[in-house]
Amino acid sequence: MQERPTLAESRTAREGLPAGWEVVIGLEIHVELATRSKVFCGCSTEFGAPPNTHVCPVCLGLPGSLPVLNEKAVEYAVRAGLALNCRVAERAKFDRKNYFYPDLPKAYQISQYDRPLCTDGWLDVQVDGQTRRVGIIRVHLEEETGKLVHSTATIVGSRYSLVDYNRSGVPLIEIVTRPDLRSPEEARLFLEELRSIMLYLGVSDVKMEEGSLRCDANVSVRRPGERRLGTKTEVKNLNTFKAVERALRYEAWRQAAILEEGGVVRQETRGWDEASGSTILMRTKETVEDYRYFPEPDVPPVELDPSWVESIRRSLPELPSARRRRLQEAYKLPAYDASVLCEHPALADFFEAVARRTGDPKAASNWVMGEVLRLLRAMGMEPADLAGRETWVAYLSEVLALVRGGTVTASVGKEVLEESLRTDQPPSAIVRARGLEQVGDETQLVQWVRQAIAANPDAVASYRSGKEQAAGFLVGQVMKLSRGKANPKVVGELVRQELGPPGRG
Amino acid sequence: MTGAVAMTEEEALLFGSIEELSERLWRGEISARELAEAHLRQIERIDGEIHAYLTVVAERALTQADAADRWIARRRQEQGGPVDVRRLDPSERLVGIPWACKDVLCTEGVRTTCGSRMLESFVPPYSATVVTRLDEAGAVMLGKVNMDEFAMGSSNENSAFGPTRNPWDLDRVPGGSSGGSAAAVAAGEAVFSLGSDTGGSVRLPASYCGVVGLKPTYGAVSRYGLVAFASSLDQVGPIARRVRDCAIVFEAVAGPDPMDSTSAPGPVPAVLPTLEHGAGGVRLGLAPEYFGEGLSAPVREAVMGAVARLEREGATTVEVRMPHLEYALPVYYIISPSEASSNLARYDGVRYGLRRPGDDVVAMFSRTRRDGFGDEVKRRIMLGTYALSTGYYEAFYLKAQKVRTLIRRDFEQAFERADVLVTPVSPSVPFRLGERVDDPLQMYLTDIYTLSVNLAGLPAVSVPCGFSPEGLPIGVQIIGPAFAEARVLQVARAVEAAVADQVADRRPAVAVR
Ligand SMILES: [Zn+2]
Repeated sequence: MQERPTLAESRTAREGLPAGWEVVIGLEIHVELATRSKVFCGCSTEFGAPPNTHVCPVCLGLPGSLPVLNEKAVEYAVRAGLALNCRVAERAKFDRKNYFYPDLPKAYQISQYDRPLCTDGWLDVQVDGQTRRVGIIRVHLEEETGKLVHSTATIVGSRYSLVDYNRSGVPLIEIVTRPDLRSPEEARLFLEELRSIMLYLGVSDVKMEEGSLRCDANVSVRRPGERRLGTKTEVKNLNTFKAVERALRYEAWRQAAILEEGGVVRQETRGWDEASGSTILMRTKETVEDYRYFPEPDVPPVELDPSWVESIRRSLPELPSARRRRLQEAYKLPAYDASVLCEHPALADFFEAVARRTGDPKAASNWVMGEVLRLLRAMGMEPADLAGRETWVAYLSEVLALVRGGTVTASVGKEVLEESLRTDQPPSAIVRARGLEQVGDETQLVQWVRQAIAANPDAVASYRSGKEQAAGFLVGQVMKLSRGKANPKVVGELVRQELGPPGRG
Repeated sequence: MTGAVAMTEEEALLFGSIEELSERLWRGEISARELAEAHLRQIERIDGEIHAYLTVVAERALTQADAADRWIARRRQEQGGPVDVRRLDPSERLVGIPWACKDVLCTEGVRTTCGSRMLESFVPPYSATVVTRLDEAGAVMLGKVNMDEFAMGSSNENSAFGPTRNPWDLDRVPGGSSGGSAAAVAAGEAVFSLGSDTGGSVRLPASYCGVVGLKPTYGAVSRYGLVAFASSLDQVGPIARRVRDCAIVFEAVAGPDPMDSTSAPGPVPAVLPTLEHGAGGVRLGLAPEYFGEGLSAPVREAVMGAVARLEREGATTVEVRMPHLEYALPVYYIISPSEASSNLARYDGVRYGLRRPGDDVVAMFSRTRRDGFGDEVKRRIMLGTYALSTGYYEAFYLKAQKVRTLIRRDFEQAFERADVLVTPVSPSVPFRLGERVDDPLQMYLTDIYTLSVNLAGLPAVSVPCGFSPEGLPIGVQIIGPAFAEARVLQVARAVEAAVADQVADRRPAVAVR
């Protein structure tokens, strides 16, 4: 059996599974928790500090240092587990997972083996309008490792490697699902939903690009209707949502192709290679490490008081699924709007504030999904940055009112909103200062209309030959002449008035 | 004074008790600098023969001594004259007292080798909590003392820097792994020392060197900064020439530490107030399992002799049974190497200590570990790695943990009938250097009476109770229930008083000639 597909085969891979196969996927997701300090010491978890500045004897694993558990990390892990409908253990313990790697300062990772904090939960995902329930096997807490910086792309062949231990000891939860996912798209949707939930809970910033959300997948294929699972491979380092879907699609296809040709899928660990668009072998089962787990003697078992767990359960915020439902019902929004707005709690909060203030939820939704998201991207910000921006709520509401009341046109409104957000000035002040009020004065408008007609004889001819859409072009020209200030509705009427009905050339 | 050995002033400085020396310091008869200098001279004079010290920090010591002298002067000034030592705050007992630190405890700015090539160049950027506490108490650290590599051994022959010799007979071992700590104290090279005890490593060398060694309850003393051997068994303990000294040091270093989540909460148990209560009415538990085959006659006689003397003072004896004691050795040699294999995995050449270059990272790891560790350490790493590996974990590690629970229960039941257990520390008197190095199993049997105490996490003290016919020290072990340090030290003090006519004021020839 060949290891890498030919180019032609890769193309097939992108199109998906050969007919007559079903893919079975389970995910292992790592989420870095957003505690202020690390899980076993007091060092800061802040991202992006100069290398090795947020370190101490404990997170460097220096001889004699001892871990002291950060209770906030336990709380966050329990919060995540409860949101995933898990059972929270009354007594959990930590174990050592032993292996050698240069970024692992103690040569073991403090993790949880047989008594994790949370077990047996589920998460519902909407796939093509259907609800799919995905089982959660466990949520456990562990420590992050350091980060290697190689002199070349990988550790193999590097002349030297440097280690940055700033991430070493950052708390991490590992979420393991049952093999309940049935397509790469489902896997991506699950991950997106999970990401939203973590954001809602406030336990992580879940940024895939910063590695605070990472995903490995167990993949196997079988004939539909078969109960037994096929031999699985583990696909590692899926660090974008797109990579998840592409890699799983490729891997499912690869396995099915092997089986169709009468081959055998080997249990192995594979990595996703973005450049070649394929998964590549990392190690075979024979070399899979023996982690020699045993109870961590330096960290006493954790007793989780049921009433404390209850208080966390009561403090859980409204989660994305519930919020989507509520937004659809309360604001009469389409499902699509609700799902976009609810991806990030700050975005939904922002929408709700504007909707309440303006009393016009659909306009608020359109503007938040469109202009606000566009402006955020343009300004190098993200939805999280909307949190607490009361003035922005006021500015957008004001713009909506100006547009609605006809003071400015929608296109001027967009321009005003951008300037308002960038300069932190109220939209009305900007409109006044720059004279952007919509022009409804017919004398001025007629002047612009005539100017446009004179400058565009082709369009006029086209209109006269019966092409109604040429009028739209002329309206556009007038808007341009007015720098967006003309009232497009009135302009349309005036154009037709000046030219007469179409087709009367 | 019994024994009637005429003491020179120098000997009085080197062999005084903490209380005697402290009294002289506070009265202004001697200075901390003089006291430190006397010890540095003694080290200079005899340590070539004993090799207790790996690192002597004379300058640091003199700086600390001068600070101690200023401390005392300031207090004298405040009070307008000499301080009444009897009314001295117990926390000021250690001001100016010179001590030796086992090289397994991290000392900021002072290299900490653990007796290993691996850490020959390692200078920790922080101090162990116990070291910080002694620094703050005004004690004067003279240096770092020798030990079996990573505290694995019973003879101090496993030090990568050469063995320490027993001051009582330079051809014999001082016991291990805190052999340097015990030898230094026995030879007047320090007033007291700290050691660490994973399976008897404080008590055995204390017994072999004729000094007092306390292994506190697991959790009574912080392990922060103690380089781990077997985390669930390790405990820091004081070694001194007198029980009272041991008690003073214990009070100074014990107590909860936010840096060690296995350290016991609550206040430090006071041990000094009841120390002189004697043995009257104390029920001494004797378990036949400790007195069976393999126990040498001189040790048996000395231990039973001490028991007889305590009985004369009003103690009673009861027989207790320890049915699972016979499994203590195998259980210990599964659990401790398992934890050690994990604890010692961090020595890989990446960040500190030894690094042997290799073509790739795996080659660097393995060459570093091949060259950095000695045979005994490698033996235990392999044992532990094997015991923890998939397929063997249940049969070895898990089963050992279950038997460990049974051993703990044996002790609990014994303490329903007895206040303390009295046992030998070691089956024999100190053996000769080289005698057991090629026979690990024989070597492991040396700790047969001590390691069950670590498995159960209990406090135990080794206190001198006599000498063998050839003049080698013999200790007796007093074991108590968890956090009963006051009780074991009280009984140890009673032993010390009862055998004073045989033991007190005997000093190794090398130290006083
Ligand atoms: Zn740290």
